[in-house]
Amino acid sequence: MTLLITVFAAVIATVKWYTRKDDSMKLGILLFMYWGASLMWFVDAIFEYVESGAAYFTPAIEDVLNDAFLGLCVVALGLIIWVVRLLITDPKGSVRAALTKKN
Amino acid sequence: MACFLVSAAEAAVVTAVEKKEAKREMLHASEHGHVEEVKVPFSRKLKWLKSLLLGGAVLLMFEHVWHGEVVAWFPFLTAMSNAEDAAEMFKEMGTVGVSMALLITVVWGVMCKVADAIVKRPVSEAQKNEA
Repeated sequence: MTLLITVFAAVIATVKWYTRKDDSMKLGILLFMYWGASLMWFVDAIFEYVESGAAYFTPAIEDVLNDAFLGLCVVALGLIIWVVRLLITDPKGSVRAALTKKN
Repeated sequence: MACFLVSAAEAAVVTAVEKKEAKREMLHASEHGHVEEVKVPFSRKLKWLKSLLLGGAVLLMFEHVWHGEVVAWFPFLTAMSNAEDAAEMFKEMGTVGVSMALLITVVWGVMCKVADAIVKRPVSEAQKNEA
């Protein structure tokens, strides 16, 4: 479930990156992060499948829920990393403009 | 257990190579002037690999924190508390961890080939209008 949620996040981030008007939102970091994690969890899934066989596809409901919750938290963490980096690098100068604005 | 460490270690090596390559490319450009050759610089490709490895490693580290395998105190990995768990962890790093880093590197290699092919193909009318 974590893998599935991360793959969806990676695809959405990629589509958003492809349809971007300019590079000011720095979406690249987001899609690399999600694709990197997706590939790594894919390998994890293969090893788990080799170990447990068909049982891998019939997990207990508590495991599915826990994995889904983890997946959502992973997506949220990725978004937090991206937004913090965006604010620090400030490619549009919005943060600087807000900080230097005179009342 | 600590499979993400293999990718993190590869990311550190790639970062060092990327910095060296970027410096070399800048030096080359200043010596030979700006060359109008359409190609993706190798340093940018290395940056993609670094982002894939590091991004994946960070998110996987979070998963390990979630499962209580990574902690905030020394030795940071719960598997290091006894020799049996440590051996299991190193075995996992050697199998799952290395496979993860390998798959990412292979995917990156394919990505570089595709990127080179994309920049080499002629620009269509629709793309010209977009630009």
